[in-house]
Amino acid sequence: MSAHQYQDQSQNQTPSSVADPDARGVVIIGGGQAGLQAAASLRSEGFTGKVTIVAEEPGLPYQRPPLSKDYLKARLTDGADGTDGSGGTSAAPLPLRGAAFFADHAITLLTGTAATSVDRQAKTVTLADGTVLGYDSLVFATGARNRELPTPGIDLPGIHGLRTLEDAEQLGAALETAQNVVVVGAGFIGLEFATAALARGCQVTVLEFAPRPMGRALTPLLGDWFAGAHRDLGIDLRLNEGIASFEAGDDGRVAFAVSTTGDRYPADLVVAGVGVQPNDQLAAEAGLETANGIVVDANLRTADPDIYAIGDCAAFPCVHAGGPFRLESVQNATDHARHVAGVILGADAPYAELPWFWSTQGPFRLQMANIVRADDETVMVGDPDPAHPKFSVFCFRDGILAAVESVNMPSDHLSARKILAAGLEITREEALSEGFSLRAAYKERTQPAAV
Amino acid sequence: MPTITYHQPGGDTQVIELEKPDRIMQAALKNSVPGIVGECGGQAMCATCHVYVREEYLDALPEIGDDEEEMLEVTASERDERRSRLGCQIEVGGSGPEAIEVDIPEEQV
Repeated sequence: MSAHQYQDQSQNQTPSSVADPDARGVVIIGGGQAGLQAAASLRSEGFTGKVTIVAEEPGLPYQRPPLSKDYLKARLTDGADGTDGSGGTSAAPLPLRGAAFFADHAITLLTGTAATSVDRQAKTVTLADGTVLGYDSLVFATGARNRELPTPGIDLPGIHGLRTLEDAEQLGAALETAQNVVVVGAGFIGLEFATAALARGCQVTVLEFAPRPMGRALTPLLGDWFAGAHRDLGIDLRLNEGIASFEAGDDGRVAFAVSTTGDRYPADLVVAGVGVQPNDQLAAEAGLETANGIVVDANLRTADPDIYAIGDCAAFPCVHAGGPFRLESVQNATDHARHVAGVILGADAPYAELPWFWSTQGPFRLQMANIVRADDETVMVGDPDPAHPKFSVFCFRDGILAAVESVNMPSDHLSARKILAAGLEITREEALSEGFSLRAAYKERTQPAAV
Repeated sequence: MPTITYHQPGGDTQVIELEKPDRIMQAALKNSVPGIVGECGGQAMCATCHVYVREEYLDALPEIGDDEEEMLEVTASERDERRSRLGCQIEVGGSGPEAIEVDIPEEQV
């Protein structure tokens, strides 16, 4: 597919026309949340040079989070697009920005083309179609790709990943007829898909080799709660049980998933959600350091002073994780993007935004403020009854509130974000006292009562 | 044609005519209306699509749901008890009102 250009930079009425005509501007590789926010922030912060986004997927860049959630709900049969929330889903994905945005802000968006090499001496990026783009600053916002299972039979028809709009469209269609669904991996994507498939009337089995769902991100307390809650919904959640092989039926499509315990599960549709790997190959080929991501400093800059990495692909010094870290979230992508725009425009401040995350799994709206650590002391506060849960898990470090996980408690989540971002100290004693609420605690500390 | 009028804090106004029913947040994103972030993609999770609905349109709106109620308590700009809503929860056209005017708050994040 040839590259599609949404904005012709030769039109001479853009802000770039007032910039130094020799300046090459900023090239952003990647058309996801991070890439688009970086371009938008460069403009909103007053950058007048050229801004070019290179996006590998065709079409207008879109929001990924709904793909594993609302997008998989049953389509309405009357042809309506379901924007009234009546159980259908929008037929079109939600764009990150409308088409007019790119022209309005003199941002060149090249879609359906990949960057294939970077020449750091010449300061150029070469694209798959042969285009060569010069840069003053280069931003890697290349995201991540699904980790691939080495499982025998993985290439059988009926086995899917879920990352792109195309993936979601295929899965949405497959759910029309699927009866037995096997999900490999009880991470966020796997469980979001599992609850969506359950809602579509499928029998759903989830295989997870670890002892808890979402074990990499959640406290054990909440992981255990989710294990029970998903089973109560009707999902057959198999823990400590990985995938061993897939077997085909007479039609050549996947028919069984065989687990590491030797159990065979009927499967006419399989989704593998076993995590991602950062897209750091292009940076590595350009001689930049990579270590589970493109290594950057606190300004999100690589060892090459003109090259940056942001979002899912960046391994950055995370003050909240206490070391080098890589995060896969909308928050991380957009906050990195805002930060890097400032740095390109001359700011010099370490990136320190508070990480937060959310996931919608059927009736459970999970939100996390900050990164939990293995040795955090955890206390459940609220109503954990899986039939109508509404609670938070407070995580204490050295007796001080350090992270909060919430289920169906968005006000706790937003208040916790404000408290933690502001560095306000709430002791274990206060947080667990009768009548305590995060919202009231934040208000008390920031809005002293009128005299 | 369903119409949404967005009034910016600085006084600018955008009038968006919808080809088909859409929500206030989604229509703003698709049409590059500034001041509405919609960071969570319309899940009533982030409260970054807070709008103040103009008085004359309030009667035509659906009730505030539990999720929306909770999020409205923690918006970046102060809640107006009558006029504050989340843009991702209000459809214009279809089952919703044919026209609406909203004021965009100073802050969303």
